[in-house]
Amino acid sequence: MTRAAPAVVVEELHVQRGATRAVDGVSCTIAHGERFGVIGPDGAGKTTLFRVLTTLLLPSQGRVRVLDHDVAGAPWAVRGQLGYMPGRFALYPDLSVAENLAFYAEVFGTSVEAGLGRIAPIWEQLAPFAGRRAGALSGGMKQKLALCCALIHRPTLLVLDEPTTGVDAVSRREFWDLLDALRSDDLTVIVATPYMDEAARCDRVALMQHGRFLAMDAPSAITTGFRHPLLAVRAADRLGLLAMLRAFPHARGAWPFGDTVHYSDARLGSEPGEIREELVAWAADRGLGDLAAEPIAPGIEDLFIDRLAEHEAVA
Amino acid sequence: MTGPAIVADGLTRRFGAFTAVDAVSFAVGRGEVFGFLGANGAGKTTAIRMLIGLLPPTAGEATVAGASITSDPEGVRRRIGYMSQRFSLYDDLTVRENVALFGTIYGLRPAAIDARREILLGRIGLAHARDALVRQLPLGWKQQLALMVALLHEPEVVFLDEPTGGVDPITRRRFWELIYATAASGTTVLVTTHYLDEAEYCDRLSIMVDGRIAAIGTPGEVRATWGAATLDEVFLRLTRPGAAA
Repeated sequence: MTRAAPAVVVEELHVQRGATRAVDGVSCTIAHGERFGVIGPDGAGKTTLFRVLTTLLLPSQGRVRVLDHDVAGAPWAVRGQLGYMPGRFALYPDLSVAENLAFYAEVFGTSVEAGLGRIAPIWEQLAPFAGRRAGALSGGMKQKLALCCALIHRPTLLVLDEPTTGVDAVSRREFWDLLDALRSDDLTVIVATPYMDEAARCDRVALMQHGRFLAMDAPSAITTGFRHPLLAVRAADRLGLLAMLRAFPHARGAWPFGDTVHYSDARLGSEPGEIREELVAWAADRGLGDLAAEPIAPGIEDLFIDRLAEHEAVA
Repeated sequence: MTGPAIVADGLTRRFGAFTAVDAVSFAVGRGEVFGFLGANGAGKTTAIRMLIGLLPPTAGEATVAGASITSDPEGVRRRIGYMSQRFSLYDDLTVRENVALFGTIYGLRPAAIDARREILLGRIGLAHARDALVRQLPLGWKQQLALMVALLHEPEVVFLDEPTGGVDPITRRRFWELIYATAASGTTVLVTTHYLDEAEYCDRLSIMVDGRIAAIGTPGEVRATWGAATLDEVFLRLTRPGAAA
């Protein structure tokens, strides 16, 4: 199916909330059927952006078109085609699973039967608990119900605000598997998350902090924005290693990553092999004889940290 | 006082027919950073509630900083600090007022509270903001301040429940540097997290599955025991035995 307009067009969006610029100049275009991730910490502006996309908050400046309607001029035209799962559990805990679903279907003027086709892969897992009170479900099941309720009226745009926050690593992966099962050209998905490792599950991601997009691209391409030499460095005394690397005259950054420290060098275009030799010598002179280092490709978290550090240095 | 900071011996808690924590035994040494991991619903929170003296065990025993959780839960609470992501500080009070409130609850004298406040605010570079409302602070600073408040009364053991949830990747790492500094000063740290890269920062860790401790040791030991390259892989295998990695 071809459509003239993209699913979402955001042009120079600014949202002022009290004294803070919650969204400070965001632009993006999201295609139909795309899965677009907005990755950033609490307070980055993700929720404010999503509240504008879902017509719950007006832009202070800029233009936002969702499903070919202006969010300020035609909010009701947008809402009928939109499924929204807010960050907090927003179902009725005293209603049963089936009653919650029926309620959401009726609010949108449709029936559960009409919407079951799309949610079939999730509903399969939820159906055995149809009679249970929503408040008595486990965390994972609550999430599945919330997803079903957001999809029961067959929206063409699904907006998920931090569906995996506070969820353990394995359950997070399973939630993304569910989204894979829902994949369709007729469903655009916009999802916010604080977890960098979820970026790979999106078609494109935007890294957000301080109300702005720091970077936006396909997950495989976005790290090309990180141009400094990067090495994974190890030593038994990790605290000593960190201090030693940060004191190195050419250090751009040194941050713990799992059982290594990622060191980036300020000298663009330097040979990682030469940098390694220099670091080994520098460490040996300072009593750290067991330093080992290898060049690595940057990940999304490396890029995010680099951009954040740059921002802090300017601010 | 010598001996381990935390010793759990057959610690058990049942809720009706459901056993949330099932005969858990482990020890945490003084000054250690101990990662307490597990899937949602594995029993971590119930275990922590017992260890901080808020929930009596159904069976078993534990001592924390030398005090028994069954016979002296008051003594346990005096010797520990606690910080959770969900509740930490009062948004409508200033930094100074929050410190004064918690200091008074911990039974410190006003002069001691003032002295500790300046030391701890200095440690996180927040001394200039002592009269700011906590609500006005960025989340990353709130979390660091919450840790400092949990350390106000110089506890022997501090429990941190998902202290880095939702914070940016730089603040997350700064927070861990504070954890290291806390442990280096002799305070034992028990910390929970959903970020498995952070588990690598712990001296030792345990992974709870269905109310039991399924793995325990240094990060290297745990990876080696399960023949896995990463803790992520160990976690997946333990919590979803049927799933392929």
